Amino acid sequence: MEIIIPIIVTLVFAATPILLAALGELVVEKSGVLNLGVEGMMLVGAIAGFAGQFYTGNPYFALLCGAMAGAATSIIFGFLTLSLSANQTATGLALTIFGTGFSALAGAPFSARPIQLMGPLFPAELASHPVLRVVFGYSAPVYFSFFMVFAVWYFLEKTRPGLILRAVGENDLSAHSIGYSVKLVRYLAVLFGGAMAGIAGACFPLLLTPQWAERMTAGRGWIAVALVVFASWRPFRLLGGAYLFGLVMTMELYAKAGGGPLSAIPSELWAALPYLATIIVLVLISIRRDASTNAPACLGKPFLPTN
Amino acid sequence: MTINRRTILKAGAAAAALPLLGSRAFAQSEPLKVGFIYVGSINDNGYNYAHNQGRIFLEEQLGDAVETTYVENVPEGPDCERVLRELAQQGNKLIFATSFGFGDSVIKVAQQFPDVKFEHATGYQKADNVGLYNARFYEGRAVCGTIAGHLSQTGKLAYIGSFPIPEVVMGINALALSARKINPEITVKPVYISTWNDPAKEADAARALIDQGVDIIAQHTDGPAALQVAQERGIIGGFGQGADMSAFAPETQLTSIIDHWGPRYVASAQAVIDGTWTPRDTWEGLKEDVVQMGPYGPKVTEEVKAAAEAVRTGQIDGSFHIFTGPIKDNTGTERVPAGVTMTDAELLSMDWYVEGVEQPA
Repeated sequence: MEIIIPIIVTLVFAATPILLAALGELVVEKSGVLNLGVEGMMLVGAIAGFAGQFYTGNPYFALLCGAMAGAATSIIFGFLTLSLSANQTATGLALTIFGTGFSALAGAPFSARPIQLMGPLFPAELASHPVLRVVFGYSAPVYFSFFMVFAVWYFLEKTRPGLILRAVGENDLSAHSIGYSVKLVRYLAVLFGGAMAGIAGACFPLLLTPQWAERMTAGRGWIAVALVVFASWRPFRLLGGAYLFGLVMTMELYAKAGGGPLSAIPSELWAALPYLATIIVLVLISIRRDASTNAPACLGKPFLPTN
Repeated sequence: MTINRRTILKAGAAAAALPLLGSRAFAQSEPLKVGFIYVGSINDNGYNYAHNQGRIFLEEQLGDAVETTYVENVPEGPDCERVLRELAQQGNKLIFATSFGFGDSVIKVAQQFPDVKFEHATGYQKADNVGLYNARFYEGRAVCGTIAGHLSQTGKLAYIGSFPIPEVVMGINALALSARKINPEITVKPVYISTWNDPAKEADAARALIDQGVDIIAQHTDGPAALQVAQERGIIGGFGQGADMSAFAPETQLTSIIDHWGPRYVASAQAVIDGTWTPRDTWEGLKEDVVQMGPYGPKVTEEVKAAAEAVRTGQIDGSFHIFTGPIKDNTGTERVPAGVTMTDAELLSMDWYVEGVEQPA
């Protein structure tokens, strides 16, 4: 049973970047914008975070680098889709391709260069304690992700700017007609999403594997995008969803490594489990009649006020 | 200048504008143009990096006699065919396709350019102008296994693999056979992660294995992620794969298996220059210097070093072959009788595990 604590620690680390990126995307989508470039922004954040840590050795500065790089990448998306009204789906896909290529180019000088992992936030007596490390054994971005779940929920549900953002996502013309700047709100949301994706990307070299490797996020940006739908645009469900995905990803490896009844499950089924879970959750949501899917009504539509 | 597919297109356009310039006038001093295509990035610290080091070795050895070009990140499929054709049209007379999945495209393009020589790594389809080459990485695994057999305290080794293909299965078996020659109690736990490049997953697999008592980890994926976790957790050790990875795990890398394609590339290019090239099918290893062992790590004692060197030199002089019987599989059935060595064909289709390897799901 003592294996449970290492499993929890590993799964929390694995879930954190997905949770951070998905929280950013949730806010973006709540404002009515669909940015499929999460994976690309994460990769740009990953190389920026790596470079920040490589040159300064200060992981907080490295996270800031990741956030700024992610936000800078998202400006490209914002300009094309919000100022030029380009198709959001196509632009988001292009952003992922751009981010993959750009990060590979920028990362070329950093191959074969290890960096220092970001240490735990709490002192070693707590962080390395065999039992207490399940609570205190993580580094700052993990606690930051918990805080952000609450902050995003509070912002969207309890504050006036949050209400405006939701209004822009639900009915952009009405929000526009009563004097809110749809473009400004959406730009800010896209920037926030980019910064969160950038931090999520920076978590890969800082928390998980202290090196730079091309495409090191390996598709987790797409999981983050799927997770927003999975959570039906609700922050606390997002927390649950990210940990469910993290649990499946981690249990696969522990089961294969440890033997026991779970190791009889073939790899292919493990790979399919998160998607099976998504389908089941979507079915359960649609069975419950009390609420619709909660999708923002203007999601993915360009804002084109006629005259 | 880094050459990618786009600059090749430009170069191709420029070449088309100057047809056959100088090919007659300077026939004697014209360098042999050699092209390379890689499936991944030359900065992967592993497989593709090693092939590119081979290309650099070729340039160093033959100097002005050769002129090389490479294209990286070429996907397996129709794109590969186009890149091969472009390289051939640019005047490359010898082209190395360095990934298994390029095979069909090589055969197709080779038919269209009968005067261009092609060589395909780790493949199986030959033609009049298509040769094959591969490396006996399992010989390196046997050296690693010898070290692991001496140093492991828990008796539990792990092997993080990409996919259960013969190339990987062979490596797992070589590691297990050689480790169990030292300590028959040793078991090897293979974990397949269904990808060549997902460093975070490789690292988590290593964490899961270490949490369950494994103290030496070998890996057959493209990067050093597992080795870094081994260093971070302070277990006994791990092995570099494809290249020396001691920068990532200075205390923990026990040794590394280094792909050294250079001599193979020099031999082929020299043969084309001399006009003696024929389509060969080679599978070379430690003896031909195509597989090398990296430096031993600080935890490898003199005694263990001597044992590892004995296995290495034994494979070089031919007195030792790791796949010589008796070999039982992990169900206890004898697969190779005493004194018999498995043939290359048997090795290249290996789909069973030797005694001591836990059967993966």
